[in-house]
Amino acid sequence: MEVTEMKNISIEELKEKAIEMRQTAVTMIHKAQSGHPGGSLSAADIMTALYFKEMNIDPKNPNYEDRDRFVLSKGHVCPIQYSALALLGYVPYETIYTLREYGSPFQGHPDMKKCPGIDISTGSLGQGLSCGVGMAIAGKRDKKDYRVFSLVGDGECQEGQIWEAAQTAVKYQLDNLVVFVDNNRLQIDGFCDEIMPLQDVEKKFEAFGFETKRIDGHSMEDIVETLDEIRELKNGKPKCIVLDTVKGKGVSYMEDIAEWHGVAPNDEEYQQAMEELAGGLK
Amino acid sequence: MSIIEKALTTKKATREAFGDEIVKLGKENKDIYVIDVDIAKSCKTSTFIKELPNQHINVGIAEQNAAGLAAGLATTGKIPFVSTYAVFGSLRMAEQIRQEVCYPNLNVKIACSHGGLTPANDGGSHQAIEDMGVLRSFPNMTVIMGADYQSTRKLVEQAAKINGPVYLRFTRDKVPMLYDETEEFTIGKAKQLKDGKDIAIIANGDTVHLALEATKELEKQGVSVKLLDMHTIKPIDRDAVVECLELGRIITVEDHNILNGLGSAVSEVVAEEGKGKVKRIGVQDQFGQSAPYEKLLELNGITVENIVRTANEML
Repeated sequence: MEVTEMKNISIEELKEKAIEMRQTAVTMIHKAQSGHPGGSLSAADIMTALYFKEMNIDPKNPNYEDRDRFVLSKGHVCPIQYSALALLGYVPYETIYTLREYGSPFQGHPDMKKCPGIDISTGSLGQGLSCGVGMAIAGKRDKKDYRVFSLVGDGECQEGQIWEAAQTAVKYQLDNLVVFVDNNRLQIDGFCDEIMPLQDVEKKFEAFGFETKRIDGHSMEDIVETLDEIRELKNGKPKCIVLDTVKGKGVSYMEDIAEWHGVAPNDEEYQQAMEELAGGLK
Repeated sequence: MSIIEKALTTKKATREAFGDEIVKLGKENKDIYVIDVDIAKSCKTSTFIKELPNQHINVGIAEQNAAGLAAGLATTGKIPFVSTYAVFGSLRMAEQIRQEVCYPNLNVKIACSHGGLTPANDGGSHQAIEDMGVLRSFPNMTVIMGADYQSTRKLVEQAAKINGPVYLRFTRDKVPMLYDETEEFTIGKAKQLKDGKDIAIIANGDTVHLALEATKELEKQGVSVKLLDMHTIKPIDRDAVVECLELGRIITVEDHNILNGLGSAVSEVVAEEGKGKVKRIGVQDQFGQSAPYEKLLELNGITVENIVRTANEML
């Protein structure tokens, strides 16, 4: 089965996949002339590691009961998730040219009823993690081995519901739940620290009772090592991995620029982005 | 004995019906879950917690999280009932219900005590007068309020069998028991309590017994009344409303704002049919206050006398 082959993928191969992931996401946003490139690029490396190595999933059988679940709580960065689904064959690759079009499985925000491989519809910030907690509780109660992975934004952690979900994950000892914070320090209106400072997000999750770690979210080596470390860690604690990332990572003119949160590149910018991305991360 | 002849002597809160029925359902089906938000005791889920702890989750005072968590459970095949007060179950978690329950059409039930003016002495903050209207406007949502203990049990049982979102609203206070155990109820089908030729009264929830008393009074005065218990306001039983139009006059009665609830749902059908007249009795687009439940009903004209008076004005 394809799933087993993916498990043996090397770090170098993952880095190559991350290039394809970034290029695919930028291509779909360019074609649609709409979408969220900044956060899609900051999340690209963790998404690559999860979809091509870590998660127990089967693109040919997207809903099989014992699969690992993925909840994109920051639903607007779905282009990067759609890239994984397209590259893995959940949908034909050409689907990427239909982002945000009428009838497309690739809706503006993830829609579980329209797109195979989406475990829960998201898009309104702060809500996805609660759904992940529900899935993880069901896994525990049913004595299933599956895990639940959720990606939340640092800006998204301004939503109170994230913390309601966090306290519930700790109460129900959900060591089958892993929360990744895409700590790219930017939100639509500017730097998170100026809009509403999050303080030390790792310490916050730790204080709630999570097993936490903070890593370079663009180092495939660090990501893979961390995923290896926590895979069998059954200590009754949910996990939180804070990923220090750069919004727009890999496209020089987008990096650290809040304005690239939800704007599509024009033709010229697109060409430049594709060329820069082809070389991999520096 | 017909329901019209029956003396309404026994009373029970419909939240008790939920508490009793959910235990039965949970024992029959291990996928039935209850999610509490700290107010288990007053929502009557204490027996469920005691007897089915493995199917119970209490998230504390965090309603928004409860709705999302329920959606997550539903994706794994569970049938979660989120149990709270109507004001929180419709408003505090409205967007979570919209985004994570109704939008993906997941099998989540929102089961709410303290509907309408029934949390009377708690005051205006706790009286849910907008809830059914809010949830009626979400695609995929079914909206129900049973009139008494037995009908509420049957409707809760049926809600568990529907694969999709359902909002159920219960009373905190005791209301008269109208129906026998043997009566059947179908979600989306009005229950006709009496046929008549002069005027139709359509009521739901805790006002059905008032409509019933008003019907008895009107019959004494020689007015022939058709009486319906419209326990489901969405989907509204269109055929039943159209049949009432043959009489040309309809009175709706509800313990809910006259905007967006039963009266509005009936009026929509009537307007589209282009004939007939509707008078709405319900909360007069005003907040409540701490007072005895009956006093609050009276302040809004939700009384037997006002139903009778309104009928006579229309005839």
